[in-house]
Amino acid sequence: MNGIIHSTRLKIIALFVGMLLLCLLMALSVVSGYTDTSWKTAISAYTHFDGSNAQIIVKTSRVPRAIIGAVIGVSLAISGVILQAITRNPIASPEFFGINAGAGFFIVAAVTFLGISSLQQFMWIGFLGAGIAGISVYALGSAGREGLTPIRLTLAGAVMAALFASLTQGMLVSNEKALEEVLFWLAGSVEGRKLELLAPVLPYLVCSWIGALFLARQLNTFSLGEDVAKGLGQRTGAFKLLATLLVILLCGGSVAVAGPIAFIGVVVPHFARFLVGSHHGWVIPYSGVIGGILLVAADIAARFIIMPDEVPVGVMTAIIGTPFFIYIARKGKFK
Amino acid sequence: MNKYWILRSKKISFLLDKRVFFLTLLLCIITILVMIVSSSVGELHIPPLEAAKTLFGFGSEMNETVIQKFRLPRILIAFIAGASLALSGAILQGVIRNPLASPDMIGISTGAGFAAVTFITMFSNKSNALTVSIHYLPVFAFIGATIAALFIYFLAWKKGVSPTRLVLIGIGLMAAFQALTTLMIILGPIYAASQATIWLTGSVNGVSWQDVNGLLPWFILSLPVLAVLVRRLNVQELGDELSTGLGVNTNRERFLFLMICTALAGSAVAFSGAIGFVGLIGPHIARRLVGSSFGGLLPVSGLIGGLIVLIADLAGRTLFSPLEVPAGVFTAAVGAPYFLYLLFKTNG
Repeated sequence: MNGIIHSTRLKIIALFVGMLLLCLLMALSVVSGYTDTSWKTAISAYTHFDGSNAQIIVKTSRVPRAIIGAVIGVSLAISGVILQAITRNPIASPEFFGINAGAGFFIVAAVTFLGISSLQQFMWIGFLGAGIAGISVYALGSAGREGLTPIRLTLAGAVMAALFASLTQGMLVSNEKALEEVLFWLAGSVEGRKLELLAPVLPYLVCSWIGALFLARQLNTFSLGEDVAKGLGQRTGAFKLLATLLVILLCGGSVAVAGPIAFIGVVVPHFARFLVGSHHGWVIPYSGVIGGILLVAADIAARFIIMPDEVPVGVMTAIIGTPFFIYIARKGKFK
Repeated sequence: MNKYWILRSKKISFLLDKRVFFLTLLLCIITILVMIVSSSVGELHIPPLEAAKTLFGFGSEMNETVIQKFRLPRILIAFIAGASLALSGAILQGVIRNPLASPDMIGISTGAGFAAVTFITMFSNKSNALTVSIHYLPVFAFIGATIAALFIYFLAWKKGVSPTRLVLIGIGLMAAFQALTTLMIILGPIYAASQATIWLTGSVNGVSWQDVNGLLPWFILSLPVLAVLVRRLNVQELGDELSTGLGVNTNRERFLFLMICTALAGSAVAFSGAIGFVGLIGPHIARRLVGSSFGGLLPVSGLIGGLIVLIADLAGRTLFSPLEVPAGVFTAAVGAPYFLYLLFKTNG
């Protein structure tokens, strides 16, 4: 499949424009919101810090939020690319892999049974839960006679997600306090997250981005079909394991920091493929940048819709993403 | 020995599968037994024999009040809701030709969920009391389910509706509805949030005869319609080309079946909340027992679905007493592993 940008030079230029746009949006994200701040306040918060309210907000809330939003957007989009390639399913995404639901389940269980309430602890438990859910989905999908097939992986993911979601709701029903604490987390949001939350997972995320780029050629081969890939000499078993590990790290890290954020992982890879065709060497960086742009933009929009309240950004991405999703589903030549 | 009994009158003849017949009978008996057990246990323990007597109208006055007023409506709603969901799942699996389809997938549960949560949030006042009668909730939920199903159907329409597109659009809209539901829960007061969570998990706690009267007509109306249409469902399952070749207006019938699904699942969800997994595993268990011809599959699925929810509700109110666990938690806890087991066993 060819995208609309053909020449390599144009692709590089467009990628830089995208990155620039992402930076611009992040800057915009720093200055916009309920508390009015100007570019000047934002800059002087770092150069001449005077402890004023506006500066504190910039430093402790806005800047972390912009950075976290961008990082999470990049990670989710790249994980979507990998998942869609290894499942050969155009609508595969983290939420269909059971990872979000798994993280949610573990966090609610921790709140209910261990009485944990800080975001920092949520993060580690969420990471753990996402990992366990991802690994069990992988194990379930690959157990049985014929090994891992895309459709089994998708089904196992959907069922695990439903199971975790039901159990989570069951726990919340019996525990109103936990409900109050995790409700905002369950909706997915980058609001109120500190940079210290991101710091522990950032290395994993960045390593996974680079790892994904290295896997690009394998992904190209694999998307031709597993038999073809085997015939071309690819060790598909090891490749699938590695790719799944990357997905778990990326989604797990994202969901641990920001809660479940839907639709970025499904929609963005399609955008990227539309722009640059199906070569993963291009699709991965493009998806990353577009994912970052989308999430930061959604986060900015989320502040203005029902001011002074905020819409959780997970809800925002769902609202933006659904029409695209429907378009993709309608366009596909599904028999 | 013949597998079938042949029933023949002048105008129509009918093959009755012996296995299906006996199985249906057996399931009916089990259902009645479970109903008796369910009406006997609870805070006031009534011996099963007494309970059975009371059910048929020969009990003491005290027992009669407890059973007739509190336990019986609950038992009936559980059974009917389970049966409706399983029937709806069986039909849907035939129409979509995929054994993994379930009513949740065409947006019925999430649509109803969104409507119900909106209702709870919108009509709660500062002191957490509902400003309108709770009896409007099922109406809202039912309308929500219907609108969601129609919406998905029309979005999936592109010179006809392909089953795969229907599922894809369904899954997409499901996620969108869930996001909106979360938004509603966050916007509303925390009390409304816990109410809404109970509803979303699916529970038959606190239903009354009024609810039974609301749910029963849908169920009873759909039975004769299904009995007539069951042959066509078998044809639907053969695939678009074959069924068109057999002279069926495939799209029109698909729409018809989807409407029946919506009515069944929508009404069930409206009164009992979004009880998960019943629509998925009820038909699966039934298929293992009687094969995939819909003549036998539908009644057996219905009975099994009803039984599942009955047992789930019974377990939910007794196992962790005095805490009530919503029936939906149990159906998921049992349904999901069973489903995974199926996934293991079958070949992709």
